[in-house]
Amino acid sequence: MSAPTAKGVLLTPLFKNNPIALQILGICSALAVTSSMSVSLVMSLAVIFVTALSNFFVSLIRHHIPSSIRIIVQMTIIASLVIVVDQILKAYAYEMSKQLSVFVGLIITNCIVMGRAEGFAMTNSPGLSFLDGVGNGIGYGFILMTVGFFRELFGSGSVFGFTVLETVQNGGWYVPNGLMLLPPSAFFIIGLIIWVLRAINPEQVEENEFKMKENTQPKEAV
Amino acid sequence: MAQSNNSIKKILTVAFALCIVCSVIVSTAAVGLRAKQELNQELDRKSNILDVAGLYEPGTDIEEAFKQVTARVVDLRNGDYSDKFDPQTYDSFQAAKDPAQSRTLSGEQDIAGLSRQENYSTIYLVGDADDPEQVILPVRGQGLWGLMRGYLAVRGDGNTIEGITFYSHGETPGLGGEVDNPRWKAQWDGKEIFADGESVQPDIALVKGGASDATEVDALSGASLTSKGVTNLLQFWLSPEGFGQYLARFRSGIERDAMQDTSTDTEGA
Repeated sequence: MSAPTAKGVLLTPLFKNNPIALQILGICSALAVTSSMSVSLVMSLAVIFVTALSNFFVSLIRHHIPSSIRIIVQMTIIASLVIVVDQILKAYAYEMSKQLSVFVGLIITNCIVMGRAEGFAMTNSPGLSFLDGVGNGIGYGFILMTVGFFRELFGSGSVFGFTVLETVQNGGWYVPNGLMLLPPSAFFIIGLIIWVLRAINPEQVEENEFKMKENTQPKEAV
Repeated sequence: MAQSNNSIKKILTVAFALCIVCSVIVSTAAVGLRAKQELNQELDRKSNILDVAGLYEPGTDIEEAFKQVTARVVDLRNGDYSDKFDPQTYDSFQAAKDPAQSRTLSGEQDIAGLSRQENYSTIYLVGDADDPEQVILPVRGQGLWGLMRGYLAVRGDGNTIEGITFYSHGETPGLGGEVDNPRWKAQWDGKEIFADGESVQPDIALVKGGASDATEVDALSGASLTSKGVTNLLQFWLSPEGFGQYLARFRSGIERDAMQDTSTDTEGA
């Protein structure tokens, strides 16, 4: 693998190596917080902040982390950052923190954060690791915002809380799609995004792990 | 690098140092932001109260508007005001968990699915505290997915509803979650709790297929269980088990003593 460049680590996670679409990480929170765009945005910013800083700090002390306790060391750093984010949201964006509820706390268990700390920050310099964290956070945020856009538009008829399609409940014409407000709809949308991304970048398509045997031809009984 | 890093001494040093640094950061954030967070919670509670009373619009100065609201603690067992607790600090949710300050509800009584009910509750009076324009009662009960918490605003006659709001619930978005919908909430204005002046048990209920009189409210479409939950919690909190005896002081034509008989034994533990 060639040495990572600043531009490379920042941009590849967006489409080429997207944490959700290619690595299929962080799906849980992508289902839970994408029912409206403003919530998705705050969640994305929180994840960008946590991934960038946890990468930075892990990388900073990477030569001193004993390999036997490295996972718990990373977890401690991530958990501390997440608590700080949660506290800041409660103090300055109370409404938002009420809507995000437990999902801010659950950033701790978001595989993207942990994956980048272990997979990138442990072997790269703090500056690059920081950018890698930002890049992956943005890649995560990009999917979240896209999913949030479709879910809010078709589920509530609005974008960022501004009404686009007047719903029947409010005297308009649009009958909202209830499925879009429920988490499973995010599965469909993420699935479609993955399809689009892989249609554009065919090299993302994985090799078949096994090949189906052809159907046996029907034979006449003797 | 690997050898020296994995000695017991190094492991302990790194773990200890990391814990110290992280705990300092976390506690600094928690302590430094606590005042602001508490202020937010307080503002949130007040804005919910003002909202149900119809006094809140985006941009209202909450502290200023809240000056016309007086908080009082009511003894639910006899409907009298109590000075035993400071309404600013009394927490009825905590009290409901404390066996000394609450009672167990069983079977038939417990239509709202609470299992425990506090003996004292905080209510809010809008306008003149002796002759209030509105009385705001905290209500709660089981919906489809969990506890719904909200406020009910009743006008000074102790019978006409001004509004209802749920500030915390986990109902299905788009179906039961429509308890938040302003259009649905708007139809509560002017509804009546009791069908006639002598009723002791509340008549207010959510009905399917269109409300026909003043004690009926349109149920939420596609959310039968949430609607049932809302009916049950109102039936419970407005009965003599809940605020019924307290509300009687505002209603004309009903003797509070008459209520005592219908109310079951309400002695606390």
